[in-house]
Amino acid sequence: MSTIVEEKTGKRQAAEKFESERPRLEFGGAWEYSPAPESKDHVRIEKRYGVFIGGKFVPPKSKKYFETINPATEEVLSEVAEGGAEDVDAAVRAAEEAHRKRWSKLAPAERGKYIYRIARMIQEKSRELAVLESMNGGKPIKESRDVDVPLALAHFFYHAGWADKLEYAFPRHTVSSIGVCGQIIPWNFPLLMAAWKIAPALACGNTVVLKPAETTPLTSLALAKICQEADLPPGVVNIVPGAGETGAHVVNHPRVRKVAFTGSTEVGKIIQRAIAGTGKRLTLELGGKAANILFEDAPLDQAVEGIINGIYFNQGHVCCAGSRLLVQESVAERVLGKLERRIATLRLGDPLDKNTDVGAINSKMQLEKIRELVACGVEEGAEIHQSSCAIPARGFFFPPTFFTGVAQSHRIAREEIFGPVLAVMTFRTPEEAVEKANNIPYGLSAGVWTDKGSKIFKITSKMKAGVVWANTFNKFDPSSPFGGYKESGFGREGGVHGLRAYVELS
Amino acid sequence: MSTVPSLPFDPASVPHVDQVGVEERASGLGKRSIKKEAKKAGIRLAISMIDLTTLEGKDSEGKVRQLCRKAIQPMPGDPSVPHVAAVCVYPNLVPVAKDALAGSGVKVASVSTGFPAGLVPLPVKIEDTRRAVAMGADEIDMVIDRGAFLSGDYAKVSSEILAVKDACGDAHLKVILETGELETYDNVRKASHLAMAAGADFIKTSTGKVAPAATPAVVLVMLEAIRDFYLDTGKRIGMKPAGGIKTSKQALHLLVLVKETLGDAWLTPDLFRLGASTLTNDLLMQLTKEMTGSYQNEDYFTKD
Repeated sequence: MSTIVEEKTGKRQAAEKFESERPRLEFGGAWEYSPAPESKDHVRIEKRYGVFIGGKFVPPKSKKYFETINPATEEVLSEVAEGGAEDVDAAVRAAEEAHRKRWSKLAPAERGKYIYRIARMIQEKSRELAVLESMNGGKPIKESRDVDVPLALAHFFYHAGWADKLEYAFPRHTVSSIGVCGQIIPWNFPLLMAAWKIAPALACGNTVVLKPAETTPLTSLALAKICQEADLPPGVVNIVPGAGETGAHVVNHPRVRKVAFTGSTEVGKIIQRAIAGTGKRLTLELGGKAANILFEDAPLDQAVEGIINGIYFNQGHVCCAGSRLLVQESVAERVLGKLERRIATLRLGDPLDKNTDVGAINSKMQLEKIRELVACGVEEGAEIHQSSCAIPARGFFFPPTFFTGVAQSHRIAREEIFGPVLAVMTFRTPEEAVEKANNIPYGLSAGVWTDKGSKIFKITSKMKAGVVWANTFNKFDPSSPFGGYKESGFGREGGVHGLRAYVELS
Repeated sequence: MSTVPSLPFDPASVPHVDQVGVEERASGLGKRSIKKEAKKAGIRLAISMIDLTTLEGKDSEGKVRQLCRKAIQPMPGDPSVPHVAAVCVYPNLVPVAKDALAGSGVKVASVSTGFPAGLVPLPVKIEDTRRAVAMGADEIDMVIDRGAFLSGDYAKVSSEILAVKDACGDAHLKVILETGELETYDNVRKASHLAMAAGADFIKTSTGKVAPAATPAVVLVMLEAIRDFYLDTGKRIGMKPAGGIKTSKQALHLLVLVKETLGDAWLTPDLFRLGASTLTNDLLMQLTKEMTGSYQNEDYFTKD
């Protein structure tokens, strides 16, 4: 017994000696970046926001308000109305009237002009909106500045162009609008998701009642203000903040003709059940557990960047995040070494600092969910690798993390964590990779990494996912449809396919 | 018979580079915000890494002596600004530079091997190098035979580097890949591994005679090659971007690439150099702006 223990200790010492002598890179303080916080002086946040109905901010009939915070500091930013049944009813009626009397009767080119105007105003207020998005949601300013806001305004510009060309999008059909659209959006890309929902609905002649997520209402409310300043006819866009209950009122309102939801698969199923038999149209964009398949002939350094971007972009709060990595066994050790070194250089901290790569987790609840699943991964025997970066004392933060030694049957390989946590598995042959990648109830996105063109075509065509990226990840464009297979939802957003959800064809 | 050992080079084992991905990463790191103390420290560091260069047919003793004065004291009257790393000249001007820089700590670098094309017989390259070293060069900047490399004759390129390294003796060898002529990132990566395996102390992007030269993506590809070579062999190879680096913003961008790819150990003139002829004044101008709060007229900075 004792000899076995001694032998083990000897082996460990030898391994430790080998480790300590191995060449390693130090990413320390030889040349530190000074803090570079984006100024928030120009951002105006009201003390209190009502519901936005019929072109005006009005106090909620529910008389209820909730606090919205900055997840990086836990400071209260504002009080926001929580819409009740009566508020939703008022919003839907305002939308219906606006649809009947104004919006559906307006010449399509005129509709387009309003949407162009909104796009231009978002562009003019880019900086303010980016800072507000980072303050309310915790995402790094470099992402809200370079991704969220530019994509949101691109979506308005793109759909403004479609407003008077719908007959060309659907040849041999007469195109008409649907009516009032009830739209519920998540907290991970608040302004961008509002744009994805509102822009196509308006372009197709519909009016909307939008419910932003309870933790991130501020940029939707800023968008409401932009609608006001753009002189959009009252009632075309209505925004009713609140939580799940408010959303249920929107979904269940009898005069809502179409429901569009982006969020969890769990809630998506509830919505589908709730509207079954009502004749309402529905599109759902739900969860995901995307696999990045990394072949041995991939450009390894760029693949590692893609994996980093795939899982740590927006703290992993991305429905199409590349949260599983399937790496070919022959290069697994090299890739994992690169991954380990790369997460050491990710800069976690103040979302408003221009050099921050990983910001704050959106809410305490989400942080607890991430912690629970990570603990579960450790308990189930996977090996955890974590960045040793300093975690700010206040606010909700979680270090970039990945697990190795993960099996398909681990919970961390099956469930959507929606945080900066990657599950790494290995494979031997292309067939095995495809099988493992598809062996999941979700099917929103996937990534394939290889320098061999023929392999890209072969593998991507076998992936059961709505979006498949090759040698890149997380690339979006308003003209490119986005949506899921299986439990990741149905319906597409963006492109001509996205318009289909917002038109009546005859 | 060579006294310098070289490591095996297997072109098939060199990793592929994806053009879109590497350009995205390199330009992403260009968005780091370098302000206040970080900017001042970065500029001082960059000055200390400069290989102040003049490589013109009209170079004369007078020109080189003036340049050497600038190298020793880039900012007259402010000793807190460090001297540059080296002065880089043609072989005939090495004795002048050696004399002008005596005791200053600034090194003398000489281009060699039939610079800039390198299309001369190997014995000429060796003799060119030997004489430059004999005249006092501390560092040799050689060029590779791009024609041989592009035609797949890696053994020729390799053996020439090995022979020149041997001729260098104690002088440090920088191997210029001339990335603008290699054209693809895959070639740059391959040539980097080849040069390191053959015995380069530094790998360098360009001669300065061909554009494009030291683009951020090319520099990143070479830094990644240096990183992998270090992790495989434990040998730290230096990096020298050269050509087209004119502004402080470009220099700081390159330092960011080094910091986030290779880490602390490479943030020193021993392992990172900036080959430039006009960069110094922009660094001094930006440094003065950081210290005083306002930009100075360009006539406050010496043109040499």
